Amino acid sequence: MSSVWTQLEPHLAGVEKPARYIGLELGAQRPVPGQGAVSWLLTYPDTYEIGLPNQGLQILYEILNERDDAVAERSYAPWGDLEAVMRRARIPLFSVDTHRPGHEFDVLAFNLSAELTYTNLLNCVDLAGVPVRAAERRPEDPLVAAGGHCTYNPEPLADFLDFVVLGDGEEVVADITRVLGGWKASGRTEGSRQAVLRELSHVEGVYVPSLYDVEYEPDGGRIRAVTPRFADVPERVEKRTIADLAQWPYPKRQLVPLTEVVHDRLNVEVFRGCTRGCRFCQAGMITRPVRERPADQVRTMVTDGLRRTGYDEVALTSLSTADFSGIEHVVQGIVDDPASCGQVSVSLPSLRVDAFTVGIATQIQKARRTGLTFAPEAGTWRMRQIINKLIREEDLYGAVESAFSSGWRRVKLYFLTGLPSETDDDTLGILELARNCVEIGRSHTKGPSVKASVGGFVPKPFTPFQWFGQNTADELGRKISLLRDAGRRARGVQLTWHDPKASLVEGLASRGDRRLGPVIEQVWRQGGTFQEWSEHFRLDLWLSAMADHGLDVDWYVYRHRTEDEVLPWDHISAGLHKDFLWQDWQDALAEVGLPDCRWTPCYDCGACTGYGIEHVVASATPPAGGSQGTGQDLSTGHLPGAVPVALRPRPLAGARA
Amino acid sequence: MTAPTTAAAPAERQGPRGPAPRVRIRFAKHGKVRFTSHRDVARIWERALRRAGIPIAYTEGFSPRPKLSFGLALSTGHESHGEYLDVALREAPEPVAVERLPARLRPVLPAGIDVQSAVSLPAGADSLQQVVTSCTWHIEVGDVTPPDAATAVARALAAPELTLTRERKGQTVTDDVRPAILDLRLLGPVTEVVAPLAPRATEIGTALEAELATQPRALRPAELITAIDPTWTLTRVTRIHQWTQAGGARREVIDLGPAATPPPHAERRAS
Repeated sequence: MSSVWTQLEPHLAGVEKPARYIGLELGAQRPVPGQGAVSWLLTYPDTYEIGLPNQGLQILYEILNERDDAVAERSYAPWGDLEAVMRRARIPLFSVDTHRPGHEFDVLAFNLSAELTYTNLLNCVDLAGVPVRAAERRPEDPLVAAGGHCTYNPEPLADFLDFVVLGDGEEVVADITRVLGGWKASGRTEGSRQAVLRELSHVEGVYVPSLYDVEYEPDGGRIRAVTPRFADVPERVEKRTIADLAQWPYPKRQLVPLTEVVHDRLNVEVFRGCTRGCRFCQAGMITRPVRERPADQVRTMVTDGLRRTGYDEVALTSLSTADFSGIEHVVQGIVDDPASCGQVSVSLPSLRVDAFTVGIATQIQKARRTGLTFAPEAGTWRMRQIINKLIREEDLYGAVESAFSSGWRRVKLYFLTGLPSETDDDTLGILELARNCVEIGRSHTKGPSVKASVGGFVPKPFTPFQWFGQNTADELGRKISLLRDAGRRARGVQLTWHDPKASLVEGLASRGDRRLGPVIEQVWRQGGTFQEWSEHFRLDLWLSAMADHGLDVDWYVYRHRTEDEVLPWDHISAGLHKDFLWQDWQDALAEVGLPDCRWTPCYDCGACTGYGIEHVVASATPPAGGSQGTGQDLSTGHLPGAVPVALRPRPLAGARA
Repeated sequence: MTAPTTAAAPAERQGPRGPAPRVRIRFAKHGKVRFTSHRDVARIWERALRRAGIPIAYTEGFSPRPKLSFGLALSTGHESHGEYLDVALREAPEPVAVERLPARLRPVLPAGIDVQSAVSLPAGADSLQQVVTSCTWHIEVGDVTPPDAATAVARALAAPELTLTRERKGQTVTDDVRPAILDLRLLGPVTEVVAPLAPRATEIGTALEAELATQPRALRPAELITAIDPTWTLTRVTRIHQWTQAGGARREVIDLGPAATPPPHAERRAS
């Protein structure tokens, strides 16, 4: 085992934020591989400060290092200044744990959470000294793999990935390690790469792109079929799902970095999956069913985690934490724990929009109370029915009223624009909501601030909107202009928006097929890395690469798909029936909402029945508050009774209005 | 805005036995961890103190922060044989045994941050910024031979004034930094072993030692080097001492005794 540290060290004083490259985090490991142990380099294809907190990567890091037959280290994309040094001084991509070069590992495993990091993946592979194209790799090269939400459409990266892992990684990494251990023991001879990939394709949840042929229609347009090249290779690759989160209380030793990162706090995942059924939300669709962690385990993980890490903030993470059974008792228990000395704050990163949720937030965020964030997602009730985000205006106003009246001074609202059948009235409804929220704030505080953040909608695979043609960049730009014009007359509303040009490229990668591989490669070769960083984003590179390869942006991004179309990810399965998704798409167009199946009868999306698993939810009744499709009359959105909210505002330390 | 009521006032501010006790901690910073910034080190200490369960006092107000104060910031990438921080403690059922602090803190700090000593501060003791008057630095510059360096150093020391233009609070200020150079000596060549299996040392630069004043305004090693010869590049900098004045003589802020001072380059083992 070698280390590049002595080569790297003299250069670190000359680069920005060198602490990103030294490791040494609390919880970092310096694994010593035993004889034949499979070595994984878990890589996040973005900067250290974005990648370090990634919980998926940290979970696998621990699970693999607990095994006798595996070791895992971590790597992140070096920033441009260090990359230039590395290329000049011939320093390969390295792990931050032991500064071992990337090409010495058996697997380079990437977490893919965002489409705009794809070119960074290529860059990391290349920096590791490994050929970027899977077909050109030699027996001594590592296998290049990816997991994470973006891999539900792995096709644009099919040329570069040896294998892809779908779904929860906790169990499948053990199966993969066993297969790779055999490959290692065999001496990785000529031809063994193909054999090991073939064997990996038999592991449930593992997809090997090179084992499938893609045929296109003669006109060069749609896909005719995707077929396995061998009889033993599955026609459809199912995702992996762990049945019981309680068996996986990870990370047990969350990494505490020495330098600043995003989400720099203790994170405890309280449940996985979500069945609110928001139709734009890929995460909610692909992670079903809901699996709650037992409340006692949550408490233990919080108490032990705070003591071990020295953090003074804990986030209870999930796709909708207010839905956790008995959430109010759990958070109150954390705040009242004498061990926290009143200095621990709890954050709920994804708040449901209702006064009940604000009540919880008010109780727990005694200190450092700055702003609350809600995601109504759309400006009108009609639009929210279409996207199945069943928040009534009254829910939002109630939440905002509670927030301002209990001492919050800033409210942030998340919206999407460019949604199916969106009219200008729907778009302008965004500003209307924001303006009304400011009005509510005025009766409680002098200068209420409401920030409306607007993102361009990008349709994602395995959602009911996967057939929808994305709005053009011009159309998204026009809608943002509409909002900006209206916003000029709305005091107290601050509007921010996502660059429609970036949404365009996200759309390309989100629903693209294998023909995009050369496009991604060309953009990378022309220097288009860190595309999710606005200062580095280069639309011109993407457009010229598309043109150079004879591909049509409109066809890939803006075109509505039909029911009979073979989608590039049809040979992948997130457990959802395609006809369920199609029906839900039709319901959306008919403006019909769908209730949350945790507390209503099953509508057979396929996620539970297909895998023989069930929701794991501690409470048989929906949480108080009741908005978003629980116990609502879905035609009007009205609730049968009053919302059972008990607000217990606490006095603020220091400032008081 | 009104002041918080007495009932809401935190107990640690003014306990029945006077102001909260403070301790001064001395630690070294060596090896990989030298690439953390001053702010990073502050955050590392906050968390380490909480991990060790040491009852630290917090500031009041909207966003309470632990009451820690550091001396002169050590630039990112520089090492140190002696850094300092003052910690305000909160009233606790069991008073903190100061002599046990190093043993409690060592296991909760990252490799390369080594707690050397902790002492109680008398009430009203001056801050680190006030007490430290100068620092001694071990400075290595690359690609300069010792004879060339000696010439440049002699020229700088003999000059009636040594002007340097620096940014200060957004304004460009040019002043004479010669008075801040209390001592400057050439130590000799910096060598590097090029082949670990057949050791053969090559000269790669020159080592200097300098004592630089910190008051009224600190002169940093990088600034010193720029003032001597702007073409030189710093390769390695270590803070050897932080001096204070006591009874007309200078002494370490916390003296560890001669046996405890690590030889220069000992830190290389840590990286």
